[in-house]
Amino acid sequence: MKLKQIAQAVSLSLLCAAAAQAQVSDGMVKIGVLTDLSGVYSDVAGPGAVVATKMAIEDFLANEKPSFKVEMVSADHQNKGDIAANKAREWFERDKVDVATELVTTSVGLAVQKIAKEKNKIALISGAASTAITNESCNDVTVHWTYDTYAVANGTAKAVTKGGGKKWFFLTADYAFGHALEKDATDVVKANGGEVLGSVRHPFPGSDFSSFLLKAQSSGAQIIGLANAGGDTINSIKQAAEFGITPKQSLAGLLMFITDVHSLGLKATQTMYLTEGFYWDLNEETRAWSKRFFAQHKRMPTMIQAGQYSSVMHYLKAVKAINSDDTAKVMAQMKKTPVNDFFAKNGTIRDDGRMVHDMYLLQVKKPAESKTPWDYYNVKATIPAAEAFQPLSASRCPLIKK
Amino acid sequence: MEIFGITSQAFFGQLLLGLINGSFYAILSLGLAIIFGLLNIINFAHGAQYMVGAFVAWLGLTYFGINYWVSLFVSPLVVGLAAVVIERTMLRHLYKLDHLYGLLLTFGLALIAEGVFKNLFGVSGESYEVPELLQGGVNLGFMFLPIYRAWIVVAALSVCLVTWYVIERTSLGATLRAATQRPDLVQALGINVPVMVTATYAAGAALAAFAGVLAAPVMQVNPVMGSNLIIVVFAVVVIGGMGSIAGAIITGLGLGVIEGLTKVFYPEASAVVIFVIMVLVLLVKPAGLFGKQA
Amino acid sequence: MTSVVLSTSAAAAQRRTLMVFAALIMVGAIAPFVMYPTFLMKVLCFALFACAFNLLLGFAGLLSFGHAAFFGGSAYITGYLCRDLGVTPELSLLAGAAFGGALGAVFGWVAIRRAGIYFAMITLGLAQLVFFLAMQFKFTGGEDGMQGIPRGKLFGLIDMSDNIAMYYFVFAVFLAGFWLINRTIHSPFGQILKAIRDNEPRATSLGYDVARYKLLAFVISATLAGLAGAMKSLVFQLASLADVHWHTSGQVVLMTLMGGLGTILGPVAGALTIVGLEDLLADKVGSWVTVIMGAMFVLCVMLFRRGVVGEIGALFNKSTAQPGAGQH
Repeated sequence: MKLKQIAQAVSLSLLCAAAAQAQVSDGMVKIGVLTDLSGVYSDVAGPGAVVATKMAIEDFLANEKPSFKVEMVSADHQNKGDIAANKAREWFERDKVDVATELVTTSVGLAVQKIAKEKNKIALISGAASTAITNESCNDVTVHWTYDTYAVANGTAKAVTKGGGKKWFFLTADYAFGHALEKDATDVVKANGGEVLGSVRHPFPGSDFSSFLLKAQSSGAQIIGLANAGGDTINSIKQAAEFGITPKQSLAGLLMFITDVHSLGLKATQTMYLTEGFYWDLNEETRAWSKRFFAQHKRMPTMIQAGQYSSVMHYLKAVKAINSDDTAKVMAQMKKTPVNDFFAKNGTIRDDGRMVHDMYLLQVKKPAESKTPWDYYNVKATIPAAEAFQPLSASRCPLIKK
Repeated sequence: MEIFGITSQAFFGQLLLGLINGSFYAILSLGLAIIFGLLNIINFAHGAQYMVGAFVAWLGLTYFGINYWVSLFVSPLVVGLAAVVIERTMLRHLYKLDHLYGLLLTFGLALIAEGVFKNLFGVSGESYEVPELLQGGVNLGFMFLPIYRAWIVVAALSVCLVTWYVIERTSLGATLRAATQRPDLVQALGINVPVMVTATYAAGAALAAFAGVLAAPVMQVNPVMGSNLIIVVFAVVVIGGMGSIAGAIITGLGLGVIEGLTKVFYPEASAVVIFVIMVLVLLVKPAGLFGKQA
Repeated sequence: MTSVVLSTSAAAAQRRTLMVFAALIMVGAIAPFVMYPTFLMKVLCFALFACAFNLLLGFAGLLSFGHAAFFGGSAYITGYLCRDLGVTPELSLLAGAAFGGALGAVFGWVAIRRAGIYFAMITLGLAQLVFFLAMQFKFTGGEDGMQGIPRGKLFGLIDMSDNIAMYYFVFAVFLAGFWLINRTIHSPFGQILKAIRDNEPRATSLGYDVARYKLLAFVISATLAGLAGAMKSLVFQLASLADVHWHTSGQVVLMTLMGGLGTILGPVAGALTIVGLEDLLADKVGSWVTVIMGAMFVLCVMLFRRGVVGEIGALFNKSTAQPGAGQH
């Protein structure tokens, strides 16, 4: 009996000791939002991402009532790798920031991902698009949350090819990202019985695409894939309409955001297919959250901004669950827990850092179909998580054992 | 029939597009050439003035119902007035100094304008509709030519010709040129030189704004539309010869065509070909193709 | 009598230079314990860049719009050597600087024949070519940038991943570059450069091969700009297209102007101000950075033409302040 009591006492004290070890350092969790506040991606990420993070923190504090404090810092990396690197280092080394988030622009995402590993902190990437983040550059402190070039290209290219658009021509931005989009889409088109008649690369950034569009027109392709983003995509679409290329030929925007559609208007973008990770009008839950977001930001959220909220909330919940901000433990907890919120249902974080969740194939409405502002999409299909992202079997990540 | 490996149809199509872009480059560089040619100021705010011109047109249409045709006059007027203010309050103190300071001042002003507009309107840009009269296009057989693009050529070249004529062939132009070369003498003749200088700067800015209105239906109206084009415009003016109005016009056209052809055969380089040409021209003809002094 | 006066002021100038140097060394030595080392290293890299640029503009009177080509180009070369070929940092730095010099020789040879704005535009055009090439070559990583450049071991012995160790290395390199620029300015070569800047026809009539002097000044400036870029790539362990973009060329002009054209310490002060503001503002004003930078340009040009150091210098020394680029 005495032995039992001793054993109980020992195990109890061990448990207490363990609990005492697992504590949030300084009683505070500091979240850094490193985004493009003033440059080309400020509309798809930028201040909206900061708003989303604030919302996540407020909701977390109100609903979960944690024992630790949560603080946020934000900074503008101006799409420059070295400003981002400097800021990330400063945050991790000097300011006790625990996690760097958002990180739109691939060079920023890649740089901060490395620094996070070096300093044993976490990087939650919402905005950057490159698959390199979970392939060649993968590490175990990074989660690539919202989308990547494979997912968006795959969804759109597959659906369009299967739907009859068999002959493709690509208009590609001449840099790594554009090439990646083109390649991912080409693979999908070919795998689904389509053919790529050719492609033309335009300097990035461009402003007049008439010449390249003319080539696309004379190729006789049914579908012109736009392997570019942002202002280039917008101008390509506008000028394609101007030159009478649409509606005879169809455009497929391989990376488009709701803010692009908003800026162009439905007349120019109607019937275009695109793949996104989120749409504010999907269901009651997304509508409720998006209306709250709209009240603060005055624009409906893009998938990057919604994903930002989701990733931060998931992180905070993980910290609370194990009562620790130790990097390895939090990462393990995050990977163990499925993501279930308005952004993703049954999303999981794989070992390569990829958060896989359903993607949505969307088609832009005709002007007559749109009843309210921002009512832009018809949801054509939900692409299940398992299909949407690059399978682990094809992964080039050193962490994945084959 | 094939020319250099592409069909003659495609070739002529690209050539025509090159001419269209060339006339746009011509009108865009005109204002810069005037300001440098006559005032010796390197106006780095040119791109911003172009952008503001486009925005004034968009704001006018969206909030005041000012249509495109009226904007073609209103926008240059507004930007011209702003330029008058800039010249009177800031630029005129820098004339006696090195080129560098005028350049830096206008660069700073461009940054301010760009930053303010980014904050007010975001970077995705706003859509500006092609005016009804100019919508649609004509099928030329080898390509479909939007009527609006043909209009650009007509408008741009007309304004270029008129401007060139005024400066090079009328007495007003002669007075202007004299005033900037020998202000002391001209002032002694009773002509108000400072007013002419201000008017010249305002005219250059107004031309930039005019180009902005022309561009608005074709390219998204966004705060960075000017900074993307500014160094190309500079290259055009330098190649043409910084003192020469005709030089800027002809170079703009020529460059549009060369850029167009590059887009056919080596599209990735179409953004850099102008700089290659600039270096080559400056090596051979130090003051530019039509420039007056080295 | 004139020579006595000259040698006295020359001696005074030398003493002042020594004092400046000593002060710099003292401040720099203790700085990393007071301020964040990575920030200081960034300042030092840009300070060297600005000093190199100032040599060309403030003392030789040549405005280059293409200095980013040397800064960024050398960053890539050094990064490539360190990361893909495993060369030790000090050798990579030297190679980077040498690359800057070589590229400078090419640029210079093409551009020197022209003057003023044409010279500037040729440098811009050539820099755009470098930018284009940087985008096209595989080894630069294009838009993604050259990532994961290791800091390596200095001389194969000292581990540079420690911030303090790296800082002192950067500081030492900066001091060397700064000393070299100073020596150049105060040497007979420097005097001739100033003469060329102030009145080129007269210098030619005195028999000096003006083109050669300009070219040499250009190469020295490009070499040190390259050294600065190479250092930066090691500090941040990345090299990207932003380093060769013309905005960076514009930034160095602003730093030099703000600090004081034609002064010795001006570029350092300018670099400190701009880098500091960028860092400070990144957190606080977000999207208003561009506007603030623009406003600073305008203020500098309109009111503080001599820059921070120039204005301070004018306050203290009426007779010995260096003339800025007010005349060409």
